[in-house]
Amino acid sequence: MNEHTVKAFDEDITRLRGLIAEMGGLAELSIQEALEAMIRGDDDLAAGVIKRDIKIDALESEVDKLAVRIIALRAPMADDLREVIAALKIAGVVERIGDYSKNIAKRVSDIEDRKKFEPLTLLGAMGEAASEMVHDVLTAYASRDPVLAREVIASDEKVDAFYNSIFRNVVSYMVENPATISSAAQLLFVARNIERIGDHATNVAEMVHFAATGVYPPDEDV
Amino acid sequence: MDKRPSLPWPSIILCITACVALLAGGLSLWLVLAVSLVWLGSIWLIVAQPDAAPQPLQETSFTSERMGELVEYSGSPILVIEHSRVTVANRAARRLLGKHLIGQDLRMALRHPAAIKLMDKKKSGFTQIRGLVRRRDLWRINRQVLNQQMSVIEMLNQTSEADIRHAHTDFVANASHELRTPLASIIGYVETLSESGPSVPPEKRKRFLDTILSEANRLQSLVSDLMSLSRIEAEKHEQPEQKTDFGKLVRRAAKEVAGIDREARLQFDINGSVYINGDERQLEQLVRNLVDNALKYGDSGSDVTVALSLNDALEATLSVTDRGEGIAPEHLPHLTRRFYRTDPGRSRASGGTGLGLAIVKHIVERHRGRLDISSEQGQGTIFTVRIPALEA
Repeated sequence: MNEHTVKAFDEDITRLRGLIAEMGGLAELSIQEALEAMIRGDDDLAAGVIKRDIKIDALESEVDKLAVRIIALRAPMADDLREVIAALKIAGVVERIGDYSKNIAKRVSDIEDRKKFEPLTLLGAMGEAASEMVHDVLTAYASRDPVLAREVIASDEKVDAFYNSIFRNVVSYMVENPATISSAAQLLFVARNIERIGDHATNVAEMVHFAATGVYPPDEDV
Repeated sequence: MDKRPSLPWPSIILCITACVALLAGGLSLWLVLAVSLVWLGSIWLIVAQPDAAPQPLQETSFTSERMGELVEYSGSPILVIEHSRVTVANRAARRLLGKHLIGQDLRMALRHPAAIKLMDKKKSGFTQIRGLVRRRDLWRINRQVLNQQMSVIEMLNQTSEADIRHAHTDFVANASHELRTPLASIIGYVETLSESGPSVPPEKRKRFLDTILSEANRLQSLVSDLMSLSRIEAEKHEQPEQKTDFGKLVRRAAKEVAGIDREARLQFDINGSVYINGDERQLEQLVRNLVDNALKYGDSGSDVTVALSLNDALEATLSVTDRGEGIAPEHLPHLTRRFYRTDPGRSRASGGTGLGLAIVKHIVERHRGRLDISSEQGQGTIFTVRIPALEA
């Protein structure tokens, strides 16, 4: 991006983007740790994830304030305005991603008898795919790379396919092992949360594409 | 102040000449005087102006341009941060994190919470971060604070070190497992024999004793393989200097390992003599391991070809070819790893220790050579060793 004649504006935008990146870094770590806690049954790790969400929320409101301030004081135009609007929306979505991680972490203690509960092992690969999407979309945001953003959108299919197969697996597992139904139901919610994380990463990717090029990606299905 | 080093004589002469010319041209004396006054006055003003004060020496110690030049070609990624913005990223950093990061907030590049925590501190420090750029990598980040605004960040990739540590632990775990397995069966059979010795029928006792013997032999060969592996590893930086007739050595070692009953399966294709600098004992072991593998894993009764020649690059090229079921391509890159087995059951049954090819690889490396393995499933496998030869 070209430098602005008003240096203060440049500084504001840089700070705004830095805040988003910081939020993203926290959300990324939260996803990974929430899943690790879920799979290993680590309550302390889960508590850490839940606590981290407060920080993410605080950062979101900081982004909100700064974005509104920029719009009010500097009246940005064209790509600058796109940048600020996108940052505003992305912050909201990243905050949602953090919420889903928190939600997963909260369910850690609801799974009983982890060692015998086989479907748990299915989550690892799905979680990895989703957290990779989040990682890539944040990298795309940092480099304003519309190509990488489109790749992230394409990879959402993989997470959806994981979700469907886990759903089928868990349902048939419930039929065979009625004693574990409550744990299995929790697991379905967790899978659902991961699937939503993937969807939200797609949303961010669309906004990254928008901020970089001014149009939404062509194959968007609204 | 008045002490002028040199009057501007040329200008003064020019002025006077011009005035004389004007006078000659018939202008009034007063006018000419006025003109010359203005002229000389302006010359005086220019000359009287003091020289521009000498520029104060610039504080060059910490400008970001100079730092950029300094670190540009450093091997590890280095960033210079000013007011939490990246002002300098050297070549390695640009390659790792992308060109876009210059001028951006540092958090765009290193958004991991641990990194941000490090940046928010006032003091220098370091942190270790897993999954900074790619998922499984491990980076150590050093931050050096220069002054209130500037700090330098150096990134060190520790992924491979962590991998090596991991491999080392793996090796110890594997080795103790391999050593314990034969011991367990020896102890088991000996206990049975000593507790209920007389009641065991003779033929069964014979079988027990045979198993004990074979397991003890396996243990012995495992221990000697481990010893030679660690010895070769310890010497791997000393290049061997003994002039050796490689052809003769190959023939002798191959026959020795084949023994009388398998010698007929060996086909030699060795022309002339090839001399190399080598360690005879280790080279013998290399040939023994390769030929023994070929005889063991090739189809029983099929030929094993041992060929030695000198290639154009003046390398002694030894190839051992068996005819058998071959090795699946996915195993090939791992064959020289310690205790790696394509088929654990069969390898143990034939008395393999899982260290043979690891030893071969280390010997080849010590001789500054190369080991290539190519295999076609259903056809067989070719092991090729190239070692620099001496001029005959």
